[in-house]
Amino acid sequence: MTFAEIRERAVAEWEVMERSGKPRILVGAATCGRSAGALDVLQTINAELAKRNLDATVIQVGCIGLCYIEPIVEIAKPDRPRIFYSGVNADIAVQLIEDYLVNDNPRPDLALGALGEGSLDGVPQLFDLPMLQPQVRVTLRNCGFIDPEDTNHYVVRGGYSGLARALQMTPEQVIEEMKKSGLRGRGGAGFPTGTKWEFCHRAVGTPKYLICNADEGDPGAFMDRSVLEGDPHAVLEGMLIAAYAIGASEGYIYCRAEYPLALERLDIALRQMKELGLLGDNILGSDFSFHIKVKEGAGAFVCGEETALMASIEGKRGMPRPRPPFPAQSGLWGKPTNINNVETLANVSAILERGGDWYAGYGTEKSKGTKTFALAGKVTRTGLIEVPMGIPLRQIIYDIGGGIVGDKAFKAVQTGGPSGGCLATDLLDISVDYESLTAAGSIMGSGGMIVLDEESCVVDVARYFLDFTQKESCGKCVPCRVGTKQMLDILTRITRGQGQPGDMDLLLSLGQTVNQGSLCALGGTAPNPVLTTIRYFRHEYEAHINQKRCPALVCLDLITFYILPDKCQACMICQRSCPVDAIKGGKKLIHVIDQSKCVKCATCYEVCPERFSAIVKVSGETIEVPEEPIPLGAEE
Amino acid sequence: MAEYQGNRDVLALLKEAQEKPGYLAAELLQQIARDCRIPVGHLYGVATFYGFLDTRPVGRNVIRICQSVPCYLKEVDAVAKAIEDELGIKPGEITGDGRFSLHRVNCLGACDHAPAMMVNGRVHVDLTPSSVIDILGEYR
Repeated sequence: MTFAEIRERAVAEWEVMERSGKPRILVGAATCGRSAGALDVLQTINAELAKRNLDATVIQVGCIGLCYIEPIVEIAKPDRPRIFYSGVNADIAVQLIEDYLVNDNPRPDLALGALGEGSLDGVPQLFDLPMLQPQVRVTLRNCGFIDPEDTNHYVVRGGYSGLARALQMTPEQVIEEMKKSGLRGRGGAGFPTGTKWEFCHRAVGTPKYLICNADEGDPGAFMDRSVLEGDPHAVLEGMLIAAYAIGASEGYIYCRAEYPLALERLDIALRQMKELGLLGDNILGSDFSFHIKVKEGAGAFVCGEETALMASIEGKRGMPRPRPPFPAQSGLWGKPTNINNVETLANVSAILERGGDWYAGYGTEKSKGTKTFALAGKVTRTGLIEVPMGIPLRQIIYDIGGGIVGDKAFKAVQTGGPSGGCLATDLLDISVDYESLTAAGSIMGSGGMIVLDEESCVVDVARYFLDFTQKESCGKCVPCRVGTKQMLDILTRITRGQGQPGDMDLLLSLGQTVNQGSLCALGGTAPNPVLTTIRYFRHEYEAHINQKRCPALVCLDLITFYILPDKCQACMICQRSCPVDAIKGGKKLIHVIDQSKCVKCATCYEVCPERFSAIVKVSGETIEVPEEPIPLGAEE
Repeated sequence: MAEYQGNRDVLALLKEAQEKPGYLAAELLQQIARDCRIPVGHLYGVATFYGFLDTRPVGRNVIRICQSVPCYLKEVDAVAKAIEDELGIKPGEITGDGRFSLHRVNCLGACDHAPAMMVNGRVHVDLTPSSVIDILGEYR
């Protein structure tokens, strides 16, 4: 089939659906939606429609990124804007069918926003909402709006027109278009995509391979999962374009085993592509042939590193090797290979569709285009966003992210996962682009943003990141294998109140050794969380080391719980809740914690009635309390 | 014909071989090595490198609790403790009846709904110390 025929057929099918006058119900059922109960909602909707003998098209879609208010359901009726409802459960789904489908009341009170022509009293435009207004969606252009298991939906929204356009160009022209767009690798390294393609295009050797890196493993990053689940064709079209540009005939998608739904969607999409002639020999009737295989990972973070990834595809331990030779010269099975990340490829298909100049119109001078970010941790609106490069960090955390959970104070944000750095409050106005983040000691990375509030201890968080990289270190380079372990031991010691003078200097010097003495980026960047927390939160390290005090009241060995005798009402609630019988006291006897037994589980602190607030948590100070229970009122 | 013969990708081969017995016993690795003419040392190297391959016995149901920062910030340790108390095992151990084994793993990529765990092939999220006990009840 030619592209014109594919498009014609898709548009015709779409118009039949539009003209049928049937309402359309779209349920966000990616992994995040499903975990919020989307499949129950879907089942309820189908059962209710059957029961009432109503005719409607029900479609499972991906995630629009508002993971914190899922499940999200969209209802589209003829001559009405599409209406999005959030936090839908089975009961609300039944109500919506009754009220909107049967009685034509769109229930503005339940609606989140409207999209498309027309407006509805009391319902804001979806993209005027504070969390969506600053967003520009390129990678996520279709996520949550199309059926990821139906190629037609993708084609109707412009899909595969980028490929069709690329096939009319020479590979060199395609590379030129990528250079014009300014797109840089979205997996973390930020290397210009067009230049990378050019290296592989010019390399001598056949066959050439194209690999899509879908081994997303950074804690706090889930954009690749969402794109593969919500719009797999955007990535696959990007692969075809990349393969055409570099002259590859074979491709692999290396996807982590932790993403079963993404793997399933990829299989379906690949099957459909073959049926339509979008994959295999002579794609769209051209001379270009390309085949794709899916390789499932097996739980090793380091396989996201390109040379380790290739070793894993070759059936070996996933250990990085020195570069050069770069994959463009000698990659998979020793052949020229180009590796791009999921998000990069999803951008590629959009760029070829709309042009490099269009893409370069977004972002800053050196960081063009848009970037997705995954918001996690203590931020109110966890989820996936996409913004133009150069947006202030504050706008991401506050306007889009809604600030900190429970209106607590912002403390820091870790960008770039375990390879990145921890940025403090005074950097909130930093511009989010490759250069500014690097200057601040962090990195863009794959786009995870883990938000910390005043109750998070940065030393403990740094220890957690080190624990991650230490466990995931493949062990090949001694500075990484031994250095991360030593750094972890020192951090553990500090959080346990056994820090020694000189520990910070030792961490800094070890960090430098690990950074310089490791082959790959895992080791090269592993010290970053420690180095940046020392840079921006030196006083917290000093408090832990010199005063044996944890300012955030997190590190268990450094905190103590006390029952204030003047506030305790001898109600015995804490005494009964204590799992280790560490609380002495009784009826009309104020309670006392036996510090030698206390395991600092904070149960007493949580159960003490708020009107008494008799239990306090302190660090680095001693509060004078009786050693044994005394009669209530005796302390006055 | 030998069961594992054929020029297949080692990672996929080991995953497939592990499926039924739950883990890759030394004898099994030796058999695969003979059938496929791959040095057993290479197979053992691969089997011990990847988190989703086990060379020691596991439970009928494998619980993998995330231990990365986003889950830690959402108090995953309380969830892990609830599971340990309920099953009476620590990470790395198997229950006496062989029903469960417990493992702590790195990021599952479900940070938007932390804390998360994976039981066999399924991801469970937004966990609380009480919800996990109900979830475990679904696995026999």
